[in-house]
Amino acid sequence: MNFTLTKEQELVRKMYRDFAQNEVKPLAEELDEEERFPSETVPKLAKLGCFGIPFPKEYGGAGGDNLAYAMCVEEMAKVCGTTAVVISAHTSLCCAPIYYWGTEEQKMKYLPDLCAGKKLGAFGLTEPNAGTDASGQQTVAVDMGDHWVLNGTKCFITNASEASVFVVFAMTDPSLGNKGISAFIVEKDFPGFSVGKHEKKMGIRGSATCDLIFEDCIVPKENLLGELGKGFKIAMHTLDGGRIGIASQALGLGEGAIDETVAYTQERKQFHKRLSQFQNTQFQLADMKCKADAAQLLVYRAAIAKDNHDPLLGMYAAEAKLFAAEMASDVTRRAVQLFGGYGYTREYPVERMMRDAKITEIYEGTSEVQRMVISSNMGVK
Amino acid sequence: MKIIVTVKQVPDTSGKVAVNPDGTLNRASMQTIINPDDLNAVEAALSLKDELGCKVVAFTMGPAPAEGMLRELMAMGVDEGVLVSAREFGGSDTYATSQILAAAIDTYGIEEEDIILAGRQAIDGDTAQVGPQIAEKLHLPQITYAGKITKEGKKITVNRMLEDGYMVVEAETPCMITCIKELNEPRYLSVFGAYEAWSKPLTVMDYNALKDHELIDATTIGLKGSPTNILTSFTPPQKGAGQMLKGNGKETTDELAAILAKKHYI
Repeated sequence: MNFTLTKEQELVRKMYRDFAQNEVKPLAEELDEEERFPSETVPKLAKLGCFGIPFPKEYGGAGGDNLAYAMCVEEMAKVCGTTAVVISAHTSLCCAPIYYWGTEEQKMKYLPDLCAGKKLGAFGLTEPNAGTDASGQQTVAVDMGDHWVLNGTKCFITNASEASVFVVFAMTDPSLGNKGISAFIVEKDFPGFSVGKHEKKMGIRGSATCDLIFEDCIVPKENLLGELGKGFKIAMHTLDGGRIGIASQALGLGEGAIDETVAYTQERKQFHKRLSQFQNTQFQLADMKCKADAAQLLVYRAAIAKDNHDPLLGMYAAEAKLFAAEMASDVTRRAVQLFGGYGYTREYPVERMMRDAKITEIYEGTSEVQRMVISSNMGVK
Repeated sequence: MKIIVTVKQVPDTSGKVAVNPDGTLNRASMQTIINPDDLNAVEAALSLKDELGCKVVAFTMGPAPAEGMLRELMAMGVDEGVLVSAREFGGSDTYATSQILAAAIDTYGIEEEDIILAGRQAIDGDTAQVGPQIAEKLHLPQITYAGKITKEGKKITVNRMLEDGYMVVEAETPCMITCIKELNEPRYLSVFGAYEAWSKPLTVMDYNALKDHELIDATTIGLKGSPTNILTSFTPPQKGAGQMLKGNGKETTDELAAILAKKHYI
């Protein structure tokens, strides 16, 4: 196995780290406190090519790879979970399905602006009554001959109020179940489309999470993404890739909490000793580090598997997300404990990281769904 | 028209500085970074490129791993790199270095509208001599401490920063300008830049490529030929923390006078 990064990956990681420290970290607390979207950071990331990392240059992408993308999300998440998910949802859930399933015209129409970060992307699958049970879609699309009409509501949509392009799923033939779901590319200016209420959340509070509302929304015929009735397949394929993004976010949150804890325990004194001199601190941090490193290996394996079109990608991505998300929750919780009372205050970032970590066990497939994917890949049915 | 930028890979002096028994820096034991002022020169070059569409070529003298720095600069937008590298050049002081770099730049070719940019000084030697010496050897006009650079055709206008103000200096191209950190905020490298960097042209100029150039005197290059001899190197003791007095009335000036008197300065 090759555990070394390419020269290009080394270089971009250095940039991500510098950028995260200088531009992202100073804002993280404020974004969380004010539930504010990082509007000032998005154009800066866009300029550096961070909104189209794994896509080819012919579509305006940076010509990088999925590991370079995963590392970008990871490095941002080390200092700000909100900023990380803006990139992840945009790249994995909007650009990727258009890139993999779009026609040449659709790709040329949407990808250059999305990859350049001129437009942000989002993904609308979840509904009030269709979360993990994504097949229970109640949004419907009716063929009107020269256009589609969409009606329904999507909820918990990341980037919703900031995005211009949405990949949306709707029932085109309810009698066919999963096979009656189709995917559409919806622009925010399409008649009958609007963004609904902003969710108040426990973590990633700066991320713009809202409802999408379709009221006789008119979608041009050519905006069907992929074949009619292939929406469920497109959604599942997209989520397989999306899990790498969220796994990277979880990984970064855990690593970021470790960085903060190492620094804090070397300063804070109790009983005339630095906290880092206590064996409990040392053992806790050693365990946290091992878990984070193990998560990193799983996440990087999944990212490389995506670049290599490995047939086991689905399982690898599920393993990476399951392990990294549970690691992030565990490690951030331990970090708060090592900080003690100060860790519980908003004066230090670890409580925010602990709140941010929880969502990684829930969105883009809960940990339970990941276990279903993994066991089914093992043939355990 | 093109812009040449001279850059140097330096030890990261924000960490611990290691010194060899002979007084030279133990570079192997220290992390290397791109000299900070040189990044301002690169940014100035790239801004002019954004504005005028010209080519930017980075020159560095150093061992083979300095290629990594040139690739990093290419990821920021530099178009081409020249690595001046030979065992014979090792240990050169500023006199020898500027001779070699001047010869390398001259060999590459200087055109009428070209600008050569350099950082004011490197954080390892702090001499601020190489840029001006290159200009002298190439018989080019030079402007140091640039805080602002504008170009209109062959006319270059620079705000030359001084401690208490600035001079507006004009020069004709080709010319040499040394840049200070107040000039700009260096950009980050981009992802697309990183994935392009290794396909951009990089030329290595070794001893054979330069030895016959009229500026090269084999007896004055390298460690042996350098006229500078280092007697000793040491990490200077840290200065004590300063003391701030706040206020603007007589009380504060009296307080200041009392402190100075107590220390026998007045």
